[in-house]
Amino acid sequence: MRDVAIVAFAQSDHRRRTDECSEVDMVMPVLHSVLAQTGLRTSDIGFTCSGSSDYLAGRAFSFTMTLDGVGAWPPISESHVEMDGAWALYEAWVKLLTGEADTALVYSYGKSSPGSVRDVLTRQLDPYYVAPLWPDSVALAALQAQALIDAGETDEPALAGVAARSRGDAAGNPHAQLPGPRPQGDYLVRPLRTGDCPPISDGAAAVVLAAGDRARALCQRPAWIRGMDHRIEAHSLGVRDLTDSPSARLAAERAGAFERPVDTAELHAPFTSQEVVLRKALRLGDGVRVNPSGGALAANTVMAAGLVRLGEAAARIQRGESDRALAHATSGPCLQQNLVAVLEGEAQ
Amino acid sequence: MTAAPSPEVLRAPLVVEFPFTRSLGPVQSAFLTGLRERTVLGVRTGDGTVLVPPVEYDPVTADEIRDLVEVAPTGTVTTWAWEASPRRGQPLTTPFAWVLVKLDGADTALLHVLDAPGPDTVHSGQRVRIRWAAERTGAITDIACFEPYGSESGTAAGSAPATAHSGLFDDAVTGITAPARLDYVYSPGRAQSDYINALAERKTVGERCPSCAKVYVPPRGACPTCGVATTDRVEVGPAGTLTTYCIVNIKARGLDIEVPYVYGHIALDGAGLALHGRIGGIPYDQVRMGLRVEPVWTEGARFPDHYRPTGEPDADYDTYKELI
Ligand SMILES: [Zn+2]
Repeated sequence: MRDVAIVAFAQSDHRRRTDECSEVDMVMPVLHSVLAQTGLRTSDIGFTCSGSSDYLAGRAFSFTMTLDGVGAWPPISESHVEMDGAWALYEAWVKLLTGEADTALVYSYGKSSPGSVRDVLTRQLDPYYVAPLWPDSVALAALQAQALIDAGETDEPALAGVAARSRGDAAGNPHAQLPGPRPQGDYLVRPLRTGDCPPISDGAAAVVLAAGDRARALCQRPAWIRGMDHRIEAHSLGVRDLTDSPSARLAAERAGAFERPVDTAELHAPFTSQEVVLRKALRLGDGVRVNPSGGALAANTVMAAGLVRLGEAAARIQRGESDRALAHATSGPCLQQNLVAVLEGEAQ
Repeated sequence: MTAAPSPEVLRAPLVVEFPFTRSLGPVQSAFLTGLRERTVLGVRTGDGTVLVPPVEYDPVTADEIRDLVEVAPTGTVTTWAWEASPRRGQPLTTPFAWVLVKLDGADTALLHVLDAPGPDTVHSGQRVRIRWAAERTGAITDIACFEPYGSESGTAAGSAPATAHSGLFDDAVTGITAPARLDYVYSPGRAQSDYINALAERKTVGERCPSCAKVYVPPRGACPTCGVATTDRVEVGPAGTLTTYCIVNIKARGLDIEVPYVYGHIALDGAGLALHGRIGGIPYDQVRMGLRVEPVWTEGARFPDHYRPTGEPDADYDTYKELI
């Protein structure tokens, strides 16, 4: 099997509104940044894969507009997932493993500001039994948080601690939307307070993947993908144990996360309570640096936040601040789907 | 050529509204018909677990399951969350609790809402019962909500076993229509705002790629060949060349144009690609590639109504063959 690495990462500043930018305006700077970091041109890229959601844009085939920013004419080898860009990265990784390409450009973006993301996300729920009730994403996360509190896994002060640590760490992240601690605020949907919930964000991210010696040529210290897997749980919330995440644990196991300890974990936990679930499922001890970027509580660009976790973990390895990192992405209500990647840097 | 100014970016409400019409399988049909008849059905898996709401395939083994059972309209809250500000479409308009309820006889929980006076009156383990909607159609909303019920001791919880049920009802519900509405404020961004604003002054503007010099009309802000921003604004036209066309013979609903009419690709003078428009002012069977045309504006319109011949000689094929 070939070795594949993340060799470049870029993200936009994540903001509450970006009215003046079309999607392609938002995506182009991050595409240009990862190409400049590697010295690659569009014509050098073997495969391009993107992630986004038509429901955020309110338009069919909305991703085709951003392809202009890639330089998609004459035709390129290209694919799209109606998912977080982390899943686009997974597809690109598989493409590189097969040997069909040596380099891949992966990008994703989300512009939540034109609509109401809490309402938009209800449309991903079971259309027979659940979607007609319009339970929004915060309400479903709040059910999970209360289940954790009832089970004695956490309490409101502990959740506030997660929020404060995340946003405190985000103060060192120039792209974060909520840098620095802020008040926990009132209940949004009890037991979750404003501070327990992610901001509503517009933004974009891009990475370049490369295989073998190509990666070494493009990057001083590539972040090698040692394993990656994604798993899904039953869509009915009432069937699941909301205090646990067996799919995240299985994905981590298949990705090799438990073979040796990691020093860093970038977790896609949009709600404070979800970090509690993931720390347990992924067996992250107190010695692991969790979300030094601030995580999704500091910027939660829907469809890009998971790819940002992979990018942040890789960038930390490239900077020599981590040797073995776990990166996680989620999708669906209450951590329904989970992707885990293990990234490593070679000895320096 | 001038650098693109940055006038106000346009915005407009955009409503995406669609009724999802879905057919039901045998299990979902029995469950939703049952709700119409105030009967709650679940399904028993191979290992005896009773799933409510029921599904057609075992979430663990993926085996097909059809063994329907009836469970009680009473149950126990397994977890909850307090919604102080109900949103559009949610079951109650007054503050309520979201609840997962394990109905007596079931092993899994149903998501719904609980009508309660305040968050201090709700807790996990609480006993609740279904409040049926006055009018029921065979939908999850036939359960209007749950309401607090009975003793708090919980001794009754789970004591009523599920009983076998045929799942047969008169006039079974076989489908649902789930209306969905999402509201947006659409903004086309800078490049398309510039284009639309210029049209209001009866001008057509494109943007030139700084790398390959191609002029895009309408501009989308980026050159798809070079992958860079197109920032140089260029006025094109007003006249242009018909590069190719078709003759439309079927009248679209609500369109007050007599058929047959001609719809064409028009390369405005100075543009690097052709845009679409209707060709008028000439019999349809005299339209030809290379015809020189100009826009015709009607009073108050935000875009040209159609294009008509200018009377100039036809353009030479070599001048437009790259733009077809
Ligand atoms: Zn160009």
